[in-house]
Amino acid sequence: MKVAYWPGCVSRGFTAELHGSMAAVAPMLDIELVELDRANCCGAGVIAEHSQELADTLNARTFALAQQEITQGADLMMNICSTCQGAQSECQQRLDASAEYRAQVNETLADEGLEYQDGIINKNFLWVLVEEIGLDKLKTLVKQPLTDLRVGPFYGCYIVRPTDRLDINRAQPRDEYLGQVIETLGGTVIDYAGSHKCCGFPIITMNKEASLEQAGRHLADATDAEADCLVTPCPLCHLNLDLQQPMAAKQVGRDLNMPVLHLPQLVGLALGISPKELGLQHHIVKPTSVIDWSQAVVGGVSGW
Amino acid sequence: MAEFKLKIRRYDPESGAAPYWDEHTVDLEPHRSVLEGILQARNEKDGSIGVRCSCRAAICGSCGVRVNGKPGLACHTHLDDALASAGEDGVIEVEPMGNMPIIKDLIVDMDAVHWKKIQRVTPWLIGKEPVPEREYIVSRESMIDVTQSMACIQCGACVSDCLSMEVDPLFVGPAALAKTYRFVGDPRDAAHEQRLKDLGEDKHGIYDCTHCFKCIEACPKGVAPMNQIMRLRRIAGNDFHIKDRNNGERHEMAFVNNIEKNGILHEADLLPDSYGGKFHPRAVPELIASLPIVVTALLRRKMTPGKALLHPHKAPDGVKRIFEVVEGREERTEFNLYISGTDADNAPNPEVAEAIEAAEPAGVAPDGSEGSSA
Repeated sequence: MKVAYWPGCVSRGFTAELHGSMAAVAPMLDIELVELDRANCCGAGVIAEHSQELADTLNARTFALAQQEITQGADLMMNICSTCQGAQSECQQRLDASAEYRAQVNETLADEGLEYQDGIINKNFLWVLVEEIGLDKLKTLVKQPLTDLRVGPFYGCYIVRPTDRLDINRAQPRDEYLGQVIETLGGTVIDYAGSHKCCGFPIITMNKEASLEQAGRHLADATDAEADCLVTPCPLCHLNLDLQQPMAAKQVGRDLNMPVLHLPQLVGLALGISPKELGLQHHIVKPTSVIDWSQAVVGGVSGW
Repeated sequence: MAEFKLKIRRYDPESGAAPYWDEHTVDLEPHRSVLEGILQARNEKDGSIGVRCSCRAAICGSCGVRVNGKPGLACHTHLDDALASAGEDGVIEVEPMGNMPIIKDLIVDMDAVHWKKIQRVTPWLIGKEPVPEREYIVSRESMIDVTQSMACIQCGACVSDCLSMEVDPLFVGPAALAKTYRFVGDPRDAAHEQRLKDLGEDKHGIYDCTHCFKCIEACPKGVAPMNQIMRLRRIAGNDFHIKDRNNGERHEMAFVNNIEKNGILHEADLLPDSYGGKFHPRAVPELIASLPIVVTALLRRKMTPGKALLHPHKAPDGVKRIFEVVEGREERTEFNLYISGTDADNAPNPEVAEAIEAAEPAGVAPDGSEGSSA
């Protein structure tokens, strides 16, 4: 399949390994990425709290650029960031609700020759994996099942709430997809308190203690549940859970040493891509347990 | 009638014993409520089960509990729906709400948390002077707008699930902040700026919310407290230029300016700018505190000095144009779905339209008055 691909900002900035691992995994899943390199930041909810129309217009611009690719054969728009998914879905809900409001937004876009037509399909890589590629197909592609790897899912608020806007329901349990993917890849899903909670990142500059307390607690809960690592579809969660983990450990007063993987990295490991190619060496918390696991598997195969 | 298994979380702090699960089977029609299930268990099995309720019609807000981990009103949750969201064992779990101390079993101390916070925000109208001779006149739109926060029945479901309050019990919280919007959004209130300033100067005020959407999901009345908090921030920052103690407004403007300049987020600037700029006295200790992480990140090549210091990405002209047009408007446009509804909601119901059409030839409108088909 071909997708109009919005990588987001952080995946090309502080978590460049996310963008890199997506690029490594895509061809193996038969996804052609057409990158929206002229598109702009989704606003992460912060621009919307300054001005809704500004956020709506910026995202309408990204949607319009994606729709140009869709008319040229892309199947849908894909993002790799829970926050992009949530912030863009929120704007889309307003844009799709009213032709009058859409016309006002499109008038601003007209200067650049762009127009957003309602009803774009924009899915996070997680949703694409389950709904477009399918778990059955994914299973056939697994070369190195994640046997004995204990993985805790960490979704990020924006991709699980509010359920009505994100079309999460019993028929489409998008808030259970990470667990389904981990299982399909052969790993063990760890059940712990923080999987659907907030990483705290949005208030890191506003109330640092509360922000790090949230990250620290979830990491500690996952540690107590004996997870080897966490996996997240959200690079902003990754910033608080991995980049800030040494500070979060200080905040909660205990040693934390929990590797946090980006979703394409976990998929990549199971598809047989090397940890180095997936950029695991760039993480702040060394994913030692994951590397040990992958070497044990490779060693086990080549040694016997 | 059908049998349902209820697992009730029991706890009596005065007993000194640990909380435990208590399972009862109740026999009720599937469309009856979880509350009726609890009451049947109490009346027929164990009179010591502690539960608070009154109206049984989702209006008094007394019976807030968690059903299968999700907060809501016990009287407003059907047994069959609760069963559908139960675990594989088919047992409906009923627990007391979170973030509040337990008095007994399902009864939590609303006074200690919820009501204290509501009182914190001056929950009454401070009328504009001079008081008009007759009524205050307000627009229909602004009235509909505040009805959303007025719909709150003080059940505490949002407080129960607030993730910021979970780590910061001093956070004013979703219910009280929705209540604040009820007055800040009311054109008759005279104290908009003071209310917002008060909450901006409180480190646990409007900028302590993480946008986790939990309160929106929890509310049984569609109040969407988080949306009201975001509107308080918009008004505080844009209309009153309030500099808050959390650097919330600074962070918001740092973010907005960052995107206007770069098109996509340049994170290396965002942190210092949120504290007032790289050389600002507030920023310096923050930057020093983050040095060990910066060094590790550089060593792991997570970021390179070039990427952090240079601005390789420039905002396309189209993005600059959007900022120019939208930020240049005299009045902020805020498309509010609660007031406007969607085009689909507002479209005439085809059945009604047909009925009107069918009635028209006779010259009589559906309300029985003389039709005016001309």
